[in-house]
Amino acid sequence: MASYFSSSIGRKHILAFTGLALCGFLVTHLAANLLIPFNPQAFNTYSYKLITNPLIYVAEVGLVGLFLVHVALAFWLNFENRAARPQRYVSKKNTGRGTTPSSATMVITGLVTLVFLVLHVMNIKFGAHYTVTYDGVEMRDLHRLVLEYFSSLPNVIWYVVAHVALALHTCHGFQSAFQSLGFNHPRYTACVKALGKLYAVAIAGGFAFIAIWAYGRGGV
Amino acid sequence: MKLHLKIWRQKDTKASGKIVSYELNDVSPDMSFLEMLDVLNEQLVSKGEDPVAFDHDCREGICGMCSLMINGQAHGPEALTTTCQLHMRKFKDGDTIVIEPFRARAFPIVKDLAVDRSAFDRVVQAGGYVSVNTGNAEDANAIPIPKENADLAMDAAACIGCGACVAACPNAAAMLFVSAKLSQFALLPQGQPERERRALRMVDQMDKEGFGNCTNHYECMASCPKGIDVENIARMNREYGFAFVKARSKP
Repeated sequence: MASYFSSSIGRKHILAFTGLALCGFLVTHLAANLLIPFNPQAFNTYSYKLITNPLIYVAEVGLVGLFLVHVALAFWLNFENRAARPQRYVSKKNTGRGTTPSSATMVITGLVTLVFLVLHVMNIKFGAHYTVTYDGVEMRDLHRLVLEYFSSLPNVIWYVVAHVALALHTCHGFQSAFQSLGFNHPRYTACVKALGKLYAVAIAGGFAFIAIWAYGRGGV
Repeated sequence: MKLHLKIWRQKDTKASGKIVSYELNDVSPDMSFLEMLDVLNEQLVSKGEDPVAFDHDCREGICGMCSLMINGQAHGPEALTTTCQLHMRKFKDGDTIVIEPFRARAFPIVKDLAVDRSAFDRVVQAGGYVSVNTGNAEDANAIPIPKENADLAMDAAACIGCGACVAACPNAAAMLFVSAKLSQFALLPQGQPERERRALRMVDQMDKEGFGNCTNHYECMASCPKGIDVENIARMNREYGFAFVKARSKP
């Protein structure tokens, strides 16, 4: 089994699988976050039910695991890719029919996303602990924290920049994962690519919308 | 035509190379790129200088021997064309042309622009033999092959092994080449007996040679003089996964 995990294709399979799984996580995350502008109580109650469920620890370990494997493999593959061409070209020009701005910036957009994620967890998950009581049940007021966090313009700008990076990363990553897992079809690959673009814009746009909306509201 | 050439000169594999400038006058637009280099070499030899070493053989785009990064592109600016089929009419009078070897750790420079691409041969060797029964040649239509598969196998077999895919890939990956060689057998009934073993061994050898990993930029397909499709890479990704599972499940 070790040969699979050290082979170029085996690692590409795992990178693709973890990437797609993380894409799935982003969908559920955004779906919940979209409650923020419309229904604070529903958002807080959803969050309360999520974090009080004992299975959350299993899910969190799984999520962190997916993320760490994805990042570690990306670093490993990138390190090898650099070593595969020790002497750079004096002059190198892309054909214009291959590399895209999205594919060319995967490392940098990945790193921005990594930094963003660490700060995001620190600022939100381990951020200020406000409470609110609905129907006699005291729970964490994450809605207030979100509004407070996005009342600062630098926070909103950084959030939007990070999500532009995320959009670029997923725009290539989504369709690339299908190719890595062996799915390439004369008819359906065009759909996968279009879906990847739609996914990238919808997810990053959705998150950025909430940040901008919260800033526009002008605080708690 | 008058041209300013900037050519990578390197004495041998271990030496460190550098770009050397040459001026070339009276270049005919009808010359092929390699003929232009022949003219340069004749001038260098007549001056008692060392001619520029470059790979070439058939000069009709089928042997896969010619290479060269021309102004940063494998086989030059024209799509679906080998260097030997690139003509000087694609350039303008007074142009500066930068000529470098294909660069990859797995393709060590032999001299100047000539590189050692025997890593490709070792990948093909690792794939091993294809079972063919002895005796009389089989009747042409004894084994029915779907037209679509025959076409895809033929497309994959069009690979001439020039290494442009490796040269153009930002990661110096060889996956387009290896996947083409793998696909041409995997798609045909004759290639079935050794199918899994071939996939595992060829990918293993590809990794051992020190090629990079595919990150799906598809510069390989865009630079391939034979238009090999990245669909082959997806096929190889599938083949490898299934081969690994099958190899593990065998007693």
